[in-house]
Amino acid sequence: MSRNTKTVLVLSVIALVIVSFPLFALKGATFSGSDDAGSETVEEIEGGYTPWFTPVLEQLIGGEIPEEVESLLFCVQTGIGVGIIAFFFGRFVERSKWTKRLAGKPEDHVVDSSDTHDATDEAPR
Amino acid sequence: MHIMEGYLPAGYCVAWGAICLPFLVAGYFSIKRMSKRNRKTIVLLAMAGAFIFVISSLKIPSVTGSCSHMTGTGLGAILFGPLPVSILGVIVLLFQAILLAHGGLTTLGANTFSMAIAGPFVSYGIYILCKRIHVNKRVGIFLAASIGDLFTYCVTAFQLALAYPSADGGVMASMIKFLAVYAPTQVPLAIVEGLLTVIIIIGLESFARPELEGVGFMKEGGDDE
Repeated sequence: MSRNTKTVLVLSVIALVIVSFPLFALKGATFSGSDDAGSETVEEIEGGYTPWFTPVLEQLIGGEIPEEVESLLFCVQTGIGVGIIAFFFGRFVERSKWTKRLAGKPEDHVVDSSDTHDATDEAPR
Repeated sequence: MHIMEGYLPAGYCVAWGAICLPFLVAGYFSIKRMSKRNRKTIVLLAMAGAFIFVISSLKIPSVTGSCSHMTGTGLGAILFGPLPVSILGVIVLLFQAILLAHGGLTTLGANTFSMAIAGPFVSYGIYILCKRIHVNKRVGIFLAASIGDLFTYCVTAFQLALAYPSADGGVMASMIKFLAVYAPTQVPLAIVEGLLTVIIIIGLESFARPELEGVGFMKEGGDDE
């Protein structure tokens, strides 16, 4: 296992522990959003506060976004991001695999394999 | 760090928007220049934007019993400098304001300033500082992303305190109140953001060397380990 792989694994485990620890340590906590807590503090300081503008989507549907739909939309956001990252990372990994393979083979093999993948076009200069 | 829709007085909304404008214009031109110089960098830019999309959509439980989310802007700031990140950030904030009723159009300027300008500038500054004083590269990346994340929330606290000074104690007392809401929840998340940013940069260094060389993050042909 390379040094980088080890580092990534260790960092991932630490991140996972930090993220999941509160869930097990603070049983019964509501885990409400800190953004909402900020709004509540505004209300507390002002002694009550009515927002002067309603979110566009809430105006269009005439009420608050249902919780389930909100979680769907957050998933869409995550999905778009993960999709882009995974697509390009996949290409990078494939490219480096093919670049290494092509660099390590005699020329006739290079020609043979060039039609199976476009890595030759993208090989680093 | 999202100030919710309608939660900032109109004057402050306009002012924060006006402050953001020059950064956004500069960000737009910096992306244009960058893509003209080397088209490969656009892929990295898309990935940095996607990283903000993912990271800022994850509501993560914290030790205070509240949930919060990371910002993800440190990665872009480290790779490209802070200006292009202002554009990436505003895209994410617009998406969230329109589709998720999270943040808002009226508070877009304030939220853009905290998440897409102030945070990335601090991240970039810390990254460069760590480089200058020869701190280990990965430690520098971790510190830049973590402190940038935390600073974003400090700016939000300042923005709210400025608009809603406490009756007894003014802006400072109010700032302490808002910091108490955001900071303790955010500290563990900032650490996680630092770790994730290091992880993704290790991945890029391993597989996207030509692109990293294209943005000047790695020296061509050199070993930047």
